Amino acid sequence: MSTRRDFLKGVLASGAAATAGVVAAPARARETKARPPEALGLLYDATLCVGCKACVAACKEANNNPPEFSTVDHLWDTPLDTSGYTFNIIKMYRNGTMDEKDQETNGYAFMKTSCMHCGDPSCVSACPVSAMTKDPVTGVVGYNPDKCIGCRYCVAACPFGIPKYQYDSPTGRIGKCELCRHRYKDGHYSACAEVCPTGATLYGKTSDLLIEAKRRIALKPGERAKFPRGKLGGPDQSYETPAGKYLQHVYGETEYGGTQVLKLSGVSFEKVGMPNLPPDAAAAMSETIQHNLYGNLIMPFAVLGAMTYVARRNVKPDDESSDKEEG
Amino acid sequence: MANNQHAAPAPIGGSLVNVVTLSCAVLIALMVAVLAVRFLFGLGAVTGINDGYPWGIWVVVDVVIGSAFACGGFSVAMLVYIFNKGEYHPLVRPALLASLFGYTLAGAGVIFDLGRWWNVWNMFWPGSINLNSVMFEVAVCITLYIIVMWIEFSPTFLEQMGKHDARKKLNKAMFFIIALGTVLPMMHQSSLGTLLVVMGAQIHPLWQTPMLPLLYLLTAITMGYAVVLFESCLASSAYRRRIEMQMLTPMAKVMLGFLVVYLVVRIGDVLVRGALPKAFVPSVEALMFWLEMACFIAPLILIGAETNRRNPARLFLAGVLLMLGGALLRLNGFLIGYETNIDGAGGFTYFPTLAETLVTAGMFAIEVLGYIIITRRFPVLPREDVQAAH
Repeated sequence: MSTRRDFLKGVLASGAAATAGVVAAPARARETKARPPEALGLLYDATLCVGCKACVAACKEANNNPPEFSTVDHLWDTPLDTSGYTFNIIKMYRNGTMDEKDQETNGYAFMKTSCMHCGDPSCVSACPVSAMTKDPVTGVVGYNPDKCIGCRYCVAACPFGIPKYQYDSPTGRIGKCELCRHRYKDGHYSACAEVCPTGATLYGKTSDLLIEAKRRIALKPGERAKFPRGKLGGPDQSYETPAGKYLQHVYGETEYGGTQVLKLSGVSFEKVGMPNLPPDAAAAMSETIQHNLYGNLIMPFAVLGAMTYVARRNVKPDDESSDKEEG
Repeated sequence: MANNQHAAPAPIGGSLVNVVTLSCAVLIALMVAVLAVRFLFGLGAVTGINDGYPWGIWVVVDVVIGSAFACGGFSVAMLVYIFNKGEYHPLVRPALLASLFGYTLAGAGVIFDLGRWWNVWNMFWPGSINLNSVMFEVAVCITLYIIVMWIEFSPTFLEQMGKHDARKKLNKAMFFIIALGTVLPMMHQSSLGTLLVVMGAQIHPLWQTPMLPLLYLLTAITMGYAVVLFESCLASSAYRRRIEMQMLTPMAKVMLGFLVVYLVVRIGDVLVRGALPKAFVPSVEALMFWLEMACFIAPLILIGAETNRRNPARLFLAGVLLMLGGALLRLNGFLIGYETNIDGAGGFTYFPTLAETLVTAGMFAIEVLGYIIITRRFPVLPREDVQAAH
């Protein structure tokens, strides 16, 4: 009889514990985090990009990265994708006869690939040791190799495939764009924006960049307009040129709750390698689950309490039996 | 109570040198050689992992699947001590031993895969830990559980060493250790599933769901019982002992209970999220999904009937299928159904290299070798009076 009763108690205790976990889940949802108000970022305008890759070279230099070769002669830096040693790259979209720039069929286009500095970054949520952090003021997603354990959860988590690991080294690090935060103290800003000859990559506060982006997509294609270069709000380096044919979509405005790097394009973003992302960040869902199950260890302690209570009643026979064996 | 009637555990005895142990030794030596290269020249020198597939079999097989295979101790301890089914008591020690090895190795195996392993202390350093990180929770819980299991298993060593006083003292606190030993695996086995949530749409919809923690917990439990079936049958045949059918048959029923709950949650979740059509798109993912589902459903047919559960061959097969099903759920989620959004030239592919596979094989060899040595030298398996040990 008592065995049956204890069995039922065990069932009840674990059932209650499991139910508590399931029921508590929707109670405290962690909302997707927005960009900090003073967030810094970039605006990349594919219609202005001429594919000169000055930004790729400048990024290499600013981050002290070695060249990567993809040609036989090994003459100059020719990375095919971002890597542990290449944090920024210009990719090319080609279709059919490639007649016209920024045209989806029989056209071509450029796209910059580098860290988007998400408002709610998956890599920061994933990192178990806070090696990947988001600056509370600038919002820059930075990396600290002195904490990093090299688990590569950030590599797996990022929806843009940005953090990359150096697999060829026994002391490999994660490599990613940190918006040249190490150059701010010398009065510099992101090297890619600094060197961009056409203003295709523009540096500034994301809130300002978003206004600039909206101004551009409101322009009529071919309409002459002023385009700033370098740093938005810095010395005037603007020039006049006809506006491109923009898609009515500022990429990064709402993706995953909004990123600090914004993009404009004439060719659909998915075709140029930018994933179609929902407005809710995956980090919010992950942390909602995590904190509902383990927040303040309330659930684990409740389950532990129940298990201890039941085990205390049930483990006794084992003691008695072993005492008898010895006696 | 019921425990008193059981035969006390005793060492099996016999030689430690045979074909199996020697093969294990060779595999372990190969693993050490590969690891030497890995630590000298980096992960890329021996593994096939890359930025499109940053986690290979060292993570997915050695840790995620390996630790689930090691849930026998947890599943059986829960049955005996929480559900108070004392009649299964003789299964606890062998199951716990396999779990102890599985987890200790999974924990050690993580180090091989960590690119910056010398920083691993940050995982436990208050100034570094990230409470939002699912991996932090997994790492801490697994570490604690390994310690808890060594304490749970220590009476075996204390008995052999004749330290009865220490054993008695430990027994007084054992109920708490056992309670911890059920809560900790519940926590990290579920979190191993939650690891995928932050990867968002990079995980195929058939394996990406907020129900992941529950799915991984339920399958960890079924895999735990399945491993016990597997091990009991294997140990009986290898050591020429009687199969403990009087325990395995009813335990299989408990296992099927958890399996049914799992299937209801799994199928319900796929239906509610509207992911089922994806299972009918001709693709590797759909094929793997049906293979996985088949492994979970087949045991119901194989041993659904009470009479069939008395058939050792069927029990063994059902155990193997459920181990495979749980392994596939994890492999599919972490590797087959993982597609990074990077749209590079030609994209990324991953297939484990021979060297990488040798390390995984070496890890399993350590488990087998350890199990053989300990069962032959320490009191783990119940004493058998009728037959000779071997």
